[in-house]
Amino acid sequence: MALKEDRKAYLRELCGKFRNTLIDILYKAQTGHPGGSLSATEIITTLYFEKMKIDPKNPGWEDRDRFILGKGHGAPMLYINLAERGYFPVSDLQNLRQFGSHLQGHPCAKDTPGVELSTGPLGLGLGAGAGMALGAKTAKKDFYTYVLMGDGEIQEGVIWEAAMAAGKFKLDNLIGILDYNGVQLDGTVADIMPLGDVKAKWEAFGWKTIEIDGHNVEAISDAVDTAKTMKGGPLIIIAKTVKGKGVSFMEGKNGWHGKAIGPEDYKTAKAELAGGK
Amino acid sequence: MAGSGSVTGKAQRQVYGETLVELGKKNANLVVFDADVSGSTRSCVFAEAFPERFFNVGIAEMNMASMAAGISTTGYVPFINTFACFIVLRCADPIRSLIAYTGLNVKIVGTYSGLSDSFDGASHHSTMDINFMRAMPNMTILSPADGVEAALATEAAFYHKGPVYLRMHRNEIPQTSDYAKNAFEIGRGVVLREGKDVSIIATGFMVHRALAAADSLASAGISARVVNIHTIKPIDKELIIKCAAETKGIVTAEEHSITGGLGSAVAEVLAANKPAPVAFVGVENTFTETGDYESLLKKYGLTAENIVEKAKKLVQ
Repeated sequence: MALKEDRKAYLRELCGKFRNTLIDILYKAQTGHPGGSLSATEIITTLYFEKMKIDPKNPGWEDRDRFILGKGHGAPMLYINLAERGYFPVSDLQNLRQFGSHLQGHPCAKDTPGVELSTGPLGLGLGAGAGMALGAKTAKKDFYTYVLMGDGEIQEGVIWEAAMAAGKFKLDNLIGILDYNGVQLDGTVADIMPLGDVKAKWEAFGWKTIEIDGHNVEAISDAVDTAKTMKGGPLIIIAKTVKGKGVSFMEGKNGWHGKAIGPEDYKTAKAELAGGK
Repeated sequence: MAGSGSVTGKAQRQVYGETLVELGKKNANLVVFDADVSGSTRSCVFAEAFPERFFNVGIAEMNMASMAAGISTTGYVPFINTFACFIVLRCADPIRSLIAYTGLNVKIVGTYSGLSDSFDGASHHSTMDINFMRAMPNMTILSPADGVEAALATEAAFYHKGPVYLRMHRNEIPQTSDYAKNAFEIGRGVVLREGKDVSIIATGFMVHRALAAADSLASAGISARVVNIHTIKPIDKELIIKCAAETKGIVTAEEHSITGGLGSAVAEVLAANKPAPVAFVGVENTFTETGDYESLLKKYGLTAENIVEKAKKLVQ
């Protein structure tokens, strides 16, 4: 169902707010990954605030939709969404990555309410998501499992083991999302390890594909709706994004994959975000 | 009883497959994964009985462990299967990062443990799996001594909440214990034979060899206690300390590298609680080779005679 104008506006406003929060908490922590959190902002926020069937007061509800952040270094944006959705107090975000905090450097399912899977070592999320989807199929439950992957992450061989399995087991309740920002830690994806024809690769492994602008909340919402109509196999939303989106000096820069934000950069970033980008 | 006791007539792995079926009848939440070796691991027995709860993921072990992690969060109890050398090393990352870290209820079953897949050679022998698994927090490690105990350990693994590594031998092993008397309890070692001079602490396939060694020692006038440690983690500290207090020394015996396995676990307990002389029977710091099983056991120091020799040195 198409998003109403007020919902679109609401989601965009949330994304703006969450980017602000992200810069604040990463600046305070002086550690963490801004680039990949900013590229995934619209994707994660649209899922948590528009698409997913969840109950933050009952994180263990067995019929809930599942979200897996395969690219675990995007944890800050996941934590912001979970906090704002009510899984834990928003004030906890101030303790990101600090000793004694439940907000670990990378998502920990044991510590943080709402985190479905411990991630960080790249490539394991898709297989685990396939396992959750297989569990739903076997138990004849109707929840969906979403797995957000980085484009660098799909260089991991185990991604393609999982992709094959999702095809074999006809997991049409598994929705993959690729945060295709074109940049990884050491440089561009094209330079470090080119992915070739990403769409053709997934299709060759038995997946349906949709290509969208990953910063367009309506496109994300529509793509999820389309994915849910697919029967007989999984679908991946190939979401074209910009690493560091919203902060001009971070955009498209591998140097901002996991760099601490200095005082001058913090001021610039906050001013740009206040400008409503 | 000793080394020449009664036999179940079935290989450990076959007993394992049949036990899965029995558990599967009673528990609709038991699911089984294999990575294209179900004929070897004997998970095929379960596959035949419950095809809708058996998933063959092909030759993709790492993904098998990842999928098992996922399905375990939806209320199922997955048993994942392949050779011990692969299930630990190939799956090490998902076992660490997904399963052990979060304490997920996944049962990791490595068959063809030790040198038991003898003719396939060093590439298929598993002499460092216990070592890897011991370093995984939250992991329980079970290493049954014979066919009957394989069934008991499989059942215990299912009902235990949390990750379990179950080490399964390829072959039939003579029965080592009167299971009507010695109930199987995770974390509790079993004294199979009392003795006052030396303690032989063994696991898995080496338990029946330890009993044979105790027979030899008895004829040489040495009274050897034999202990079966079927749970390598958490290990039965009390029993090990008791052995150190009541006998003159301890010989450990395992079909595994002496680096980081049962022997190391025993030595760690002793060093911290009750220092005592220890000798290790196991594979030294070397790769093994192809050959018939008995020849390999002899060459790599895994016989009753090896235990006897080390025990004698300790008590002299």
